[in-house]
Amino acid sequence: MTENRNKTNILSRTLDRRTALKGLGATAAGLAVGPGFVRYAQAQSSEPIRIGFQAHRTGIGAAYGRWYERTTTAAAKLINDAGGINGRPLEIVTEDDGTDPKRGAEVVEKFANQHKVDVVFGTLFSHVVVGSAPTAGELKIPYYVVSEGYHVASGKLNRYVFQPGITDVKAQVSSMAPWVSSNLGKKVTMIFPDYAFGHDHRDFFTAAMQAQGGEVIQHVPIPPTESSFTRYLPQIPSETEVLYHVMVGPGVLTFVKELGEFYGGGGPKLFGFIDSLEAVDIASPGLEFLEGSHFWEGMPRYLQPDAPDYVKAYRDAVGIDDNGASKEDGKDVSTAAHMFGCWETLYVIKAAMESAGYQGPDDRAKLVEATEAMTEFAAGPEHPQGDKKFNGKIHQCFGHQNISQVADGRLNVVHTTSIEDGMYEPEADYTTQSL
Amino acid sequence: MGFGPHLLLASLEGLVTAAVLSLTALGLSLVFGVMRVVNVAHGEFFMLGAVLAWFFSTLVTGHPAVGFLLALVLSPLVVGLVALICERLVLRRLSYDPEATIVATIGMLYIIQQLALTFYGPEARPVLAPFNFRVALPWFGYSGYKLAVIAASIVLMGMTWFVLTRTRIGLVMRATQFDRETAQNFGIPVDRVYAIVFALGAMLAAVAAVLIVPIQQAHYLMGLDPLLLSFIVVIIGGLGSLRGTVLAAVLIGLSDGIISVFFSPTLAKMIATLLVALVLVFRPQGLFGTVAR
Repeated sequence: MTENRNKTNILSRTLDRRTALKGLGATAAGLAVGPGFVRYAQAQSSEPIRIGFQAHRTGIGAAYGRWYERTTTAAAKLINDAGGINGRPLEIVTEDDGTDPKRGAEVVEKFANQHKVDVVFGTLFSHVVVGSAPTAGELKIPYYVVSEGYHVASGKLNRYVFQPGITDVKAQVSSMAPWVSSNLGKKVTMIFPDYAFGHDHRDFFTAAMQAQGGEVIQHVPIPPTESSFTRYLPQIPSETEVLYHVMVGPGVLTFVKELGEFYGGGGPKLFGFIDSLEAVDIASPGLEFLEGSHFWEGMPRYLQPDAPDYVKAYRDAVGIDDNGASKEDGKDVSTAAHMFGCWETLYVIKAAMESAGYQGPDDRAKLVEATEAMTEFAAGPEHPQGDKKFNGKIHQCFGHQNISQVADGRLNVVHTTSIEDGMYEPEADYTTQSL
Repeated sequence: MGFGPHLLLASLEGLVTAAVLSLTALGLSLVFGVMRVVNVAHGEFFMLGAVLAWFFSTLVTGHPAVGFLLALVLSPLVVGLVALICERLVLRRLSYDPEATIVATIGMLYIIQQLALTFYGPEARPVLAPFNFRVALPWFGYSGYKLAVIAASIVLMGMTWFVLTRTRIGLVMRATQFDRETAQNFGIPVDRVYAIVFALGAMLAAVAAVLIVPIQQAHYLMGLDPLLLSFIVVIIGGLGSLRGTVLAAVLIGLSDGIISVFFSPTLAKMIATLLVALVLVFRPQGLFGTVAR
């Protein structure tokens, strides 16, 4: 504005006062309206940091998307209440990807070119991550995913893709295999969805069981479009000691119910990924047979007796009750085992932006390097699920896993793995790729 | 599990598929047979039936059977009404022109799907089965409700057969199907018959959907599979033939159940598609269809 005033002073020598005032007003108005200009002239420090949130609002990931959105909103509010990022407010720009890889890639492009966001964040389903990652790499926009698959850590994506808020399937299953083989049984049959996420389970759990002296005697892959599952159940060999199940999408409740109808009270011991029941009330009719069975949980759905205060604060902020359902609607069960990843990832982005001194899109390369330089996240309000280690070479974090048992229609944690249980030798190094 | 029990389970699963499929496909076949309209929105009427079933079943409390029965009565009625409105507002104005109605029903598909997404939401929601009865066989347990679905479908097919072949309404429909102009000349209100047939076709899909929600949950994208399978059934069975539709539905349902249990679901779909191709090459009018004149 100083420049403008000087300019007017020069002009006012030859113009009368009224014209000069008019000119001043018009210049000011022009500055306010003109796109792009105002940003550099006066708002460097107050312009919001814009984070593009790629959400599964519709399609088969909708239940997850709903809770990912609630968690993200809650975390963003807390960050803003505490002064934002680098003193700038955080703004979440949400777009629906329809849980569809093609639309996912389009959404990333829209974020970069139309919404002009600083980074893209939040997506869950592995096929959407895999479909969107190349676009993020081409546009050189950091893409922080809250997925679970091994796709990030495998090195198959690119340097702009990070998974700092949730452990990948390889780490999850290899840390739990010892517990499964020593507590439930050594002969396992696996039922999993027949695409990338399920294949990660198939490959890594099978290998992890072998390492424990156990054996996966049968794989039962189920096509992603299937809505009825009984026909697959006869493939489970009768000598199976443990049935390992992981299903996702709208069919999960059907799957678990049909499992119950098929076996009644008998059958092998069940070890399920909570994905088979995520967002489903365990007290639903027909699920009684799950009593006594075990589930993996990233973060416990039910409030555990020994939960620290920051976990309670997190649950209050996200709006879930002691049963992990929405405080407003007890039937609206959360995706507690995954959604904490959104919260933690936002805080990782905040920390990385602060350490990089992030100012705008020109600093994206610095932001990537700052994220890669991170090594540890301490448990606390920013990381309520627990402490984590981060490997900057493979862009992947490692944390604790919980094994919970169904008792009286709720899940109680019976075992928590250590971070080291899930660590593995990295197979890639993103830092060697050029930015 | 031994071969015998394995086959038994595969057949039971196949029969459940066949039961629901025959009702859905019959609706499609009826609409085409009488009106010569290829209703691409048929799967969405199915979806609408399921979504409304969830809505009506949540209106009442108490025993799940009350909500289910309410859904079984009201859901098809509402779907029939929606179909009637679609018929009056869209198809009739296009004079049932085959090409135009295909495009129009594609439009209806998208509109109905979007409305379901807007008002019902993207979640999959369950409807409680009217009863939870597990039939404990020596080798495995089976859902008593699924067996009831097979029985209900047989009863409903019987009723439809009775209406089409033994009542005046059926006679009028068949007359309209046989020769539209002549029927009109004999004083049959062809226009009104078309409206009723279109609504009836949609209602059959809705009934099938209500029967399946306790097994599969209601979801706004669930209309696609029944539509494709219905087309396969109708092409194999012969358009407009009740007997052909039922036979083809049982054939496709059972083969889908058995092949996907013993081999793979993909192979089951491939064989169904191959059957369609063979039927189209060697008997274009379908197994029981009559040659168009």
